[in-house]
Amino acid sequence: MSLRASIVFLAACVAAVLLLGKLTPAVWSPYIAGALIGVVACLSMLLSGKTLGTSTTYLRLSGFVLKLLSPRAVKENECYRSHGVQVDWQMMLVIGILVGSMLSALGGTGIQWLWVPAMWATSFGQTVGLRLVAAFVGGILIGFGARWADGCTSGHGVAQAMQLSVAGWLSAICFFIAGVAVAFIMYGTGGGGL
Amino acid sequence: MSSDCESSDSAGRTGQLMVGLGLGLLYGLALQKSGVTNHDVVLGTLRLQQMTLAKVMLAAVVVGSVGVYGLRQAGLLELQIGSASIGGNVLGGLMFGAGLAMLGYCPGTVVGAAGEARLDALIAGVPGMMIGSALYALVHRDVVALKQMGCMGERTFWQLLGVNPWAVLVPLSVLAIGVLWMFELMGL
Repeated sequence: MSLRASIVFLAACVAAVLLLGKLTPAVWSPYIAGALIGVVACLSMLLSGKTLGTSTTYLRLSGFVLKLLSPRAVKENECYRSHGVQVDWQMMLVIGILVGSMLSALGGTGIQWLWVPAMWATSFGQTVGLRLVAAFVGGILIGFGARWADGCTSGHGVAQAMQLSVAGWLSAICFFIAGVAVAFIMYGTGGGGL
Repeated sequence: MSSDCESSDSAGRTGQLMVGLGLGLLYGLALQKSGVTNHDVVLGTLRLQQMTLAKVMLAAVVVGSVGVYGLRQAGLLELQIGSASIGGNVLGGLMFGAGLAMLGYCPGTVVGAAGEARLDALIAGVPGMMIGSALYALVHRDVVALKQMGCMGERTFWQLLGVNPWAVLVPLSVLAIGVLWMFELMGL
């Protein structure tokens, strides 16, 4: 795409998010939202030649921080070298998700300012410290596991799965198997809707 | 999946970044409106109480697969298939899933959640993912052999079966829609 076309596209996306965020219901049908994600996944391949994904951005962000401590360690690390520590298309996508979600919330369900999710609080209490420790450990497992599997819910669960790729379906199924198992270990079978 | 080839001229690169930002805005809107930026919605699905996360993902995959194979048929894009392996996708996927149950946000929804000021996502989830990625970078060389165990290469199911893509796509979409219909009937 030319620079001019890219500017027009970005402006159209900003307008669409502002209008849809404000004028449509605060909560969409999961099918409508999912369909839009499918369209976005196709557009990213068509317009940018990139498959949807987010997790490599966390590697690059960690590279920016590590570079301040030890530039040599980052330069010599194979993983950082092969992905490149720079602001790239995917990092802009991730920034876009943050802003898009913020605009959507402002036009609908509102900003949360929430430290402890309600379901967590019901089972584990309102202690902020405990929630942050669990969230942090969960984040580490996700960051490590996503690099190990070469992708996340977006990369494997949507972009690869929709291309009917073996890697995508294999990963997504494993995300759910472990997710369901650990959720039942943590929360038990009580309070279920089944 | 993450290719690092950027256009060499800076105008092309700037344009590329702007398109990425625009697509991210739409993605963030869809994630937030669907509810999956909410920890309780993700855990609700993992506890098999309501299937919102599965509905969003299956709808995205059905629409995306018809779109991507239609565009491919029209000669407008080429597939970009990631390499599959038991050691990589299964072991990594299981670690990821365990983390997902603890955190309740994935790498895409964690920034969406941060955008609507879910502070556990912003203060703990994002730094956790950065540290987990960095830890992986540090041990990458030692685990790469384990990761490549059971390597199947860059394969799709229709290549594996030796059939036309639509011979997999159509039955799979029908199956997905059947599963979604079942969720609705069960009140999930």
